[in-house]
Amino acid sequence: MLITTTKGDMEESLLEKREGSVDNDNEMTTWVEYWHEGELVHRSAHVTLKQPVTFGDGVAAALG
Amino acid sequence: MCTTFMKELMLGQHQFGTSTLTSRTSLTAPTTDTFKAAMYFVSATINASTTAYSATGEVTNTSGTGYTAGGLTVTNATAPLSTNTTATAGVAYWTPSASFVWTALTITTAFDSVLIYNSTQSNKAVSVHTFGSQTITSGTFTLTMPANDTTNALLRLSTT
Repeated sequence: MLITTTKGDMEESLLEKREGSVDNDNEMTTWVEYWHEGELVHRSAHVTLKQPVTFGDGVAAALG
Repeated sequence: MCTTFMKELMLGQHQFGTSTLTSRTSLTAPTTDTFKAAMYFVSATINASTTAYSATGEVTNTSGTGYTAGGLTVTNATAPLSTNTTATAGVAYWTPSASFVWTALTITTAFDSVLIYNSTQSNKAVSVHTFGSQTITSGTFTLTMPANDTTNALLRLSTT
């Protein structure tokens, strides 16, 4: 598989792949990095938001 | 407060006091507003006090053209919904109908927030969403929307 990198498209087998994730109350995030000869040449991230922006919590008495 | 009123706020069907909103082009066939999503560096001051889109602190490409100033257009195909959870409590909610995706992106200065704003109405701010700081190198940044339901929707107006 070809990976888009700062050095152009490169075969994945030539690269070191690093992955990680964060899962907390605010977000679920995954990321993937590809390194070539000690240099970061690709990084993508995928964030899923968990915390909605809510107006009104706790103000029912004031508004109701 | 009536739950449908909150939904109608999202639809712009109520205006109190002196209106400062740009008039719709037609009351019988009103146009919909265009919402956009702009990303901001960690160093930017972008929060609930933000009143409108600003280029100050907005992310810029380290290289390439993956990010366009002003951000991307939010897919706004889903109408706001509302539901009552009890006789005295309810929630109105809305979520963009597609994720925000930037491709062929290189931003090596950390960013951690996105501002949704109404580009039709003088770029008025709608909401700010923060996440753990990120950098992208020749890659893709995807901000996936939560489920569009009463507890998870991106924007919620609640009486409880």
